[in-house]
Amino acid sequence: MNDGPLFEVKNLQKNFGGLSVTDNVSLSLVPGDRLALIGPNGAGKTTFVNLVTGNLAPNSGSVHLAGQDVTRSSAMQRVRLGLVRSFQVTRLFYDMTPEEHVALAVLQREGRSGRMIGQFRSMPTVMDEAREILHLLGLLELSQFKVREIAYGQQRLLEIALAMALRPKVLLLDEPAAGVPQSETARIEHALDKLPADLAVMMIEHDMDLVFRFAKRVIVLAAGTVIFDGSPQDVTQDARVREAYLGSYANASSAA
Amino acid sequence: MQTVFSIAVDALAYGMVLFVISIGLSVTMGLMRVVNLAHGAFAMIGGYIASYAARDLGLGYAVAVLLAVVGTVLIAIPVERFLYRRIYGAPELTQVLMTIGITFCIIGIANFAFGPTLKTIPLPEALRGSVDLGFRSIATHRLFAIVCGLVVAAALWVLIERTAFGIKLRAAVDNAAMAAALGVRTEIIYAVSFAVAIGLAAFGGVVGAELLPVEPYYALRYMVTFLVVVSVGGAGSIPGALMACLLLGAIDTTGRYLAPEYGEFFFYLAVIVIVILFPRGLAGRFK
Amino acid sequence: MAVTMHDPMTADKTRRRTITGSLIGIAAIIIVGVIGYFLFPNNLALLTRIIAIALLVLSIDLVTGYCGVATLGHAALFGAGAYAAGIAAAHYGITDPVLMTLIGALAGALAGLVSGLIILRAHGLPQLVLSIAVIHLFHEAANKASSWTGGSDGLSGIAPDALLGLFEFDLWGRTAYVYGLFLLVVVVILLQVLVRSPFGMLARGVREDPLRISAMGASVKSVLIRMYVISGVVAGIGGALNAISTQVVGLDSLSFTLSAEALVMLVLGGTGSLYGALVGTVTFLWFEDVVSAANPFHWLTMVGALLIAVVLFAPKGLYGTAAHLLGRIGGERR
Repeated sequence: MNDGPLFEVKNLQKNFGGLSVTDNVSLSLVPGDRLALIGPNGAGKTTFVNLVTGNLAPNSGSVHLAGQDVTRSSAMQRVRLGLVRSFQVTRLFYDMTPEEHVALAVLQREGRSGRMIGQFRSMPTVMDEAREILHLLGLLELSQFKVREIAYGQQRLLEIALAMALRPKVLLLDEPAAGVPQSETARIEHALDKLPADLAVMMIEHDMDLVFRFAKRVIVLAAGTVIFDGSPQDVTQDARVREAYLGSYANASSAA
Repeated sequence: MQTVFSIAVDALAYGMVLFVISIGLSVTMGLMRVVNLAHGAFAMIGGYIASYAARDLGLGYAVAVLLAVVGTVLIAIPVERFLYRRIYGAPELTQVLMTIGITFCIIGIANFAFGPTLKTIPLPEALRGSVDLGFRSIATHRLFAIVCGLVVAAALWVLIERTAFGIKLRAAVDNAAMAAALGVRTEIIYAVSFAVAIGLAAFGGVVGAELLPVEPYYALRYMVTFLVVVSVGGAGSIPGALMACLLLGAIDTTGRYLAPEYGEFFFYLAVIVIVILFPRGLAGRFK
Repeated sequence: MAVTMHDPMTADKTRRRTITGSLIGIAAIIIVGVIGYFLFPNNLALLTRIIAIALLVLSIDLVTGYCGVATLGHAALFGAGAYAAGIAAAHYGITDPVLMTLIGALAGALAGLVSGLIILRAHGLPQLVLSIAVIHLFHEAANKASSWTGGSDGLSGIAPDALLGLFEFDLWGRTAYVYGLFLLVVVVILLQVLVRSPFGMLARGVREDPLRISAMGASVKSVLIRMYVISGVVAGIGGALNAISTQVVGLDSLSFTLSAEALVMLVLGGTGSLYGALVGTVTFLWFEDVVSAANPFHWLTMVGALLIAVVLFAPKGLYGTAAHLLGRIGGERR
């Protein structure tokens, strides 16, 4: 059953009115993949993410996770099956501490988040794991602050920590460096290096430096379709990619 | 057959009164995104002013209506300025509490000033009695309420669809930030809409006093009804509000005629069913 | 490693601090309760009512303060408990007070489940409308079923037995008060455990960002429904206590006004903290007692003005504001 790819999208199609926002997209991931999904603005990346995570229903096509068809599964069920996402704009609990965040994710993964007695602070395995993850991402010193009190770059790191605590099989990173000052992207990059080697990662990102350093494979989406699937070295040389980017920029500047 | 006809007339009249009172609430909620539980309190103030003018001062009905509308708007202006402005954009719970607070205050003051009894607004000769339609006769006052509702709906439609103010209003309902960026002075739109909304509430309070009697707990008793209209119709939608009013008017009136011993049980049951079936309102615009 | 040496200590310290805080809080409730008993021996009925309503306010705090669901129909849970305990006693001869309390808790849980399933179908204004419709629906149903509930005359003929077969419910309401205080302390202890548990943390997460909770693989709906049921147990106990102590149940226990007033009490004290709920209830009901004795006409005006003042000047409520100020005077907490 698990002979096929870990994660597979087949002929995914989404129309808004008469417009195909995702047009017959297929792709697959195997354990250890480091894929970057890029494309000019309006290429349909956000729609694609929402289709994959289950926040939008496709018109046709299917999504498979570990050999199981999850096209009809809810976003929550997909998370439980191992498909975890991070958010482009940080979504955290501003009155809670990083320690509580990660502990909650660990408890949730272990199916213990519904427990109504006891505290996570008196659960050694939960505490050890939470602290280990926070330590790995350099957040341990901040573990007792409220999230609203810590810097945005550190909040982005906490997003990654949460994803790690859920121990996904497939991780979807939606612009992990968005809004982070250039000087701090190195920390994000450093954090991404700590992700487990057998995890399949798909990253949506605009920062091309980060893409080239992180990805082993790049897919370019333009006008809802895949126009390139190959190595980072080849992507800049590809004629269709150049046209998609430069063409759209040329159009944008003439329209403005 | 007689019963069906009576129910239909009463339902239509009731629905139209609901429409006149709640349409302002619907537009301001669509516009300013404020959950305003005090709207009914302003309708009640209108009723009290008209009753005082017509019954105690012996002024004519038309004058009383005019005084009620102008007086209520004058009372509402400082309330908007000093209290409502603080809660635009605030969390829902804050808005609920503030507007409940305003409602309680108004009820308390009305109770103190006018006593707990029902207040009537004497109708002029022309609105008493009944009109013969050839095959049936209906109470003139009911007909008057229905006509008022239709006139208000038509006037609002012209205002919103056919005037420059309407275009700006629709833009602001759709996306206030964008409208402001395009040079629409949203604060003026807000102020005018709020005044019109309150004026209509007062007008509806007076015209509907035969169906929704004026007494201190009016503001609390019909609070839900007005909110339901907005919720069911979809905030900011005139056709939605009209549909909702007619539907709710029909359900409530039918319930009263056919199963009076159940009180408003079926009305609230219907509300629950409708809200669950149409969580975004009949017109589907509420977010 | 320095890290691991250091960590369990902080965790331990945090844990110990919260436990100490809880013990102080519980002690404060008991002390205030005992002082009330000796200070107002002729007014124990009012004090017992305060405790019963406090349970309702705590129950609202669970869904509004901890989970972020605004509701104006929470008296449905309280009234369900009151009527269930009352009907059990008046119609079925179940007059053991502890059993009546349990029946009230069960009925409250059921009412919590039903109203939760209805109210949680929508968000925002429609949700608020549903909550109001639910309380009116319960009210009309109780009014109609007058052979069971006594309708608008109220349900009478509730004569609870002696508590544990030893303590009669006396005319001065001593037994009822002590029993109420005991119930309150037990509930507060259990709720303190609950709000600090993993589930309590999950609920806070739902309040702050439901989308993030579902992205962690947890079901927001399930958290809210479970909290509604627990909230129903708490409110139901309050209702049952009211039925036992006053020996009548009126339609006002299923009213919109009670729902709204209880929400006001919560906000007055401060949402999202158990002590805020208690402080708000005591302040509000004490204030009501004083003002409505002096001038009943102005009672609603005063409540309205109070509410506006809280929204404008102390949005965190009395307890929340006081805790905030103390925290600032005491310097950095950490």
